[in-house]
Amino acid sequence: MSELARDVPAPVPALSPARVGQALFLLAILLAAFKFALPDGLIRPPEWLVWPFADWINWTFNFIKDDLGLIYVTRAIAGGVEWLLDITANLLYGKNRWPRIGPLPWTVIAVTAFMIGYGLKGWKLGLLSGGTFVWIAFMGQWKWAMETLSVIVIAVPIAVALGLLLGIAAWRRAWVEAILNPILNIAQSLPHFAYMIPVVVFIGLGPKAGAIVTIIFATPPMIRMTVLGLKKVPPEVVESGMMCGSTQWQLLRHVRIPTARTEILIGVNQVIMQCLAMVVLASFIGMPGLGQKLLQLLQALKIGRSIEIGITIVLLAVMLDRCSKAWAEMQPVHFERGTPWWKRNRLFLAWCGLTAGAFALAAVWPAAHVIKRSQAFTLSKEFDAVVDWVILMLDPISQALRSFLIVWVLIPLQDAYLWLPYTAVLALAAGIGWKIGGARSALICLAFAGLIAMSGWWDRGMITAYMVTFAVLVAALIGLPLGIWAAGREERARIVLLICDSAQTFPSFIYLIPVIMLFGVNDVAAIGAVIVFGMVPMTRYTIEGLRGVPPALIEAADMSGATKRQKLWTVKLPLALPTIMVGVNQTVMFSLFMVIIAAFIGTRDLGQEMQRALSATDVGKGLVLGLCVAFMGLLVDHLIIRWSADRKKALGLE
Amino acid sequence: MTASAPVISCRDVWKLYGPHPERYISRLSGNPSYEEIHQAGYIAACRDVSLDISSGEMLVIMGLSGSGKSTLVRCLSRLVEITSGSITVEGLDLGALSETELIDLRRNKMGMVFQNFALLPHRTVLENVAYPLEMRGQNRHDRRERAMEVIKLVGLEGRETYFPRELSGGQQQRVGIARSLAIEPDIWFLDEPFSALDPLIRREMQGEFLRLQDMLGKTIVFITHDFDEALRLADRIAIMKDGAVEQIDTPARIVLDPKSEYVAKFTEDIEKSRVIRAENLAEDVAGDTPPGEPVSATATILDLARRLVNDERELISVSDEAGQVIGAMKRRAALEVLFGSER
Repeated sequence: MSELARDVPAPVPALSPARVGQALFLLAILLAAFKFALPDGLIRPPEWLVWPFADWINWTFNFIKDDLGLIYVTRAIAGGVEWLLDITANLLYGKNRWPRIGPLPWTVIAVTAFMIGYGLKGWKLGLLSGGTFVWIAFMGQWKWAMETLSVIVIAVPIAVALGLLLGIAAWRRAWVEAILNPILNIAQSLPHFAYMIPVVVFIGLGPKAGAIVTIIFATPPMIRMTVLGLKKVPPEVVESGMMCGSTQWQLLRHVRIPTARTEILIGVNQVIMQCLAMVVLASFIGMPGLGQKLLQLLQALKIGRSIEIGITIVLLAVMLDRCSKAWAEMQPVHFERGTPWWKRNRLFLAWCGLTAGAFALAAVWPAAHVIKRSQAFTLSKEFDAVVDWVILMLDPISQALRSFLIVWVLIPLQDAYLWLPYTAVLALAAGIGWKIGGARSALICLAFAGLIAMSGWWDRGMITAYMVTFAVLVAALIGLPLGIWAAGREERARIVLLICDSAQTFPSFIYLIPVIMLFGVNDVAAIGAVIVFGMVPMTRYTIEGLRGVPPALIEAADMSGATKRQKLWTVKLPLALPTIMVGVNQTVMFSLFMVIIAAFIGTRDLGQEMQRALSATDVGKGLVLGLCVAFMGLLVDHLIIRWSADRKKALGLE
Repeated sequence: MTASAPVISCRDVWKLYGPHPERYISRLSGNPSYEEIHQAGYIAACRDVSLDISSGEMLVIMGLSGSGKSTLVRCLSRLVEITSGSITVEGLDLGALSETELIDLRRNKMGMVFQNFALLPHRTVLENVAYPLEMRGQNRHDRRERAMEVIKLVGLEGRETYFPRELSGGQQQRVGIARSLAIEPDIWFLDEPFSALDPLIRREMQGEFLRLQDMLGKTIVFITHDFDEALRLADRIAIMKDGAVEQIDTPARIVLDPKSEYVAKFTEDIEKSRVIRAENLAEDVAGDTPPGEPVSATATILDLARRLVNDERELISVSDEAGQVIGAMKRRAALEVLFGSER
């Protein structure tokens, strides 16, 4: 059986994966070493190889949009979404639209948030949720925050419903899953901006475009989690449902979906976090709110004010994450028979009471209704003072670091990447692929790298690749030891994991604030943001990998007389490596996304071109660039996941 | 329907897993072994199974894991479609039923208990038990009333507002049993209902189960991998190996007269005197009743041990519940059951 299961036929000695891999490496080295002798066509993709994908995409889009009239459909959908957005906009910040009863007093919303948090997990979460809104109101950011929230409130349910439906379809019909899977793979590795351009073409700018791009961006994880959850329902439970005489619909409604509840709610959590990340970024296509304000303030280098907004976004992220996770973890608790009605519904009654109180308070005291900008507190002066002091203290170091990095590391590295003939890179990609996964992986890698060469953005792609390589390297150099240190003690591991968990929920945009503060607007700042962002999964997976080592093996090492160091090198790290590599994989993905986002503080890679495509609403160019980034990610993803799965199997883990 | 007509009847039932089981089976001749089928790339879960289960009978299907017993019970309830052969339930051809007819059958005639309880985690005990009633559209009030009745029956009164995760394993299985009984099924399938429980709870649940069966008198198919459990509960036992039924017989017959080496291995370590009853040893005496007080036909040899040792008669008469003498057993044969034969 095992021989049959292999996809590589009986090993012919001369063609063993390692041999072929070595041959391809050698080819890559030769191509690089004899670059001077190579014809131009082997150094840079020749013109006949660069296909006008962008024009084809533009043609197709125009055809669909104008000739097939899809634009009327999308505009109609956008109209519907806008109608919904107007309702929440009216309720939350008093936009002059139907039903014209808003804005709700901020106290009402804060009290509601408190009750949600309290009901889900208790006092602490209640205070976090309620406190977030108190902070927002006091800092005078109410309108911006509500602009952001009004979109999230609409986008999340739509994305959840869409994801649930598509997920059920994919679970039900194998062919739907077969179609959806590759699309989801690409969709989840496309950078945020690539989604925005088509939306601008079809919908235009503003809140409705922001909402729709958010919905599209947030749906894929929901589909994934729905399929996963439905597949994980124990067959016995389904059989018990069938033996109770359930019809197919009853099975789905009463048995499968409720049993998959946890996975589905984790999907909801991911949707919420994706929505928040996207809504903040959607400021690039004219979405008002916290993101737009932050963008403006960062561009004007108003650090203190942007820190204020940054804190708000972080608070919102943490609060939304904690609440939705608490919801996913919540288990039903029974009431004894004969519990009176008011006791069963005490949370609801408390909410009613508190809300009524808040309305009453707002009616007699305007500051409990709306806090005007002029009444609001601000900490920006204090922040600015602290930041100025920090900069003053760190300036010599950061200046030196910056010039050292630029002159001695970044520019030489960039030049080296650009110097490489593209054929050498292709040979290298194929070689690594062959070594890890045989002919099939080699072909996949070659296809991904080759498509980037054919896109005509080779040089820009290499700049992105160099930034990601450098950032991932530094992130690993910091994250790995940090993870090892943290995993040393249970308490430390718990705290560091908690920090990583929270940091992962922050929208990527936030990471730009501290680096811009320290390094100003340039390459180093961009790479700094990428490093900080990428360090998070690195640390996290290192800890998880080390903690996942079977305790019996550690005891065996102890009893063999291994010292701490020996134990780490000979037992823990080798066994944790597959998991750590998954962390590297995520670091690469995060870095790619971040590099593209960081483009607006001045890099010259694919991201910058993407920004241009966005401002020129050039769908073809934008999608080609986005796919280049996605292919880089998918290439690394394929290699690492394949390697890690093989390794885990070889080690007998899982 | 006459009382003797079987409630469930299987004829030549095959269940194969593999690429094209129907095509493979149509070309099959004779009765290939499990290994031969495996060579051809198929897994045989049921091989040519034929058996009848009569009304009110408790058939225990016994076999080790992978012997196909769970698949067989799923074929009987049509949770799994059979590859060939036929199964009739109360005269209906199970395979020919439409989706609606099948659902109807399950809603009114069948109940099933599962090894890992298979309770719905988001519903209370009451809602779990009422689930099959809800499926067939009974109104809220009736549902509640009936569910409370069965909950009382399995001894979970007072726990009806609990959620499954708040109960112990034994209590959860009581919920599973209550749910399967809610619709008052005629046919009751139990798939290793007590295997996931620890030994003490298991014995207690077996006792409870016998009590319920005495009260309800259902037609039962009970799956187990525990031979002691099978002996304790069964009217008849079917022993399965590699998808085929090796022997189907009463416990005493299986112990006294194992039909294959495989069956014999199971019975080796069994305390035979606990299983064999006086009636099993009784021989026809053609009206020539031996003197002395008769022993009860249903008494096990172990029950009679003291008497057998003290009694000096060669032949001891055996009488049924009505006091009618049905035959006589040789004292020597009974003593051999107790102490083993002299070698």
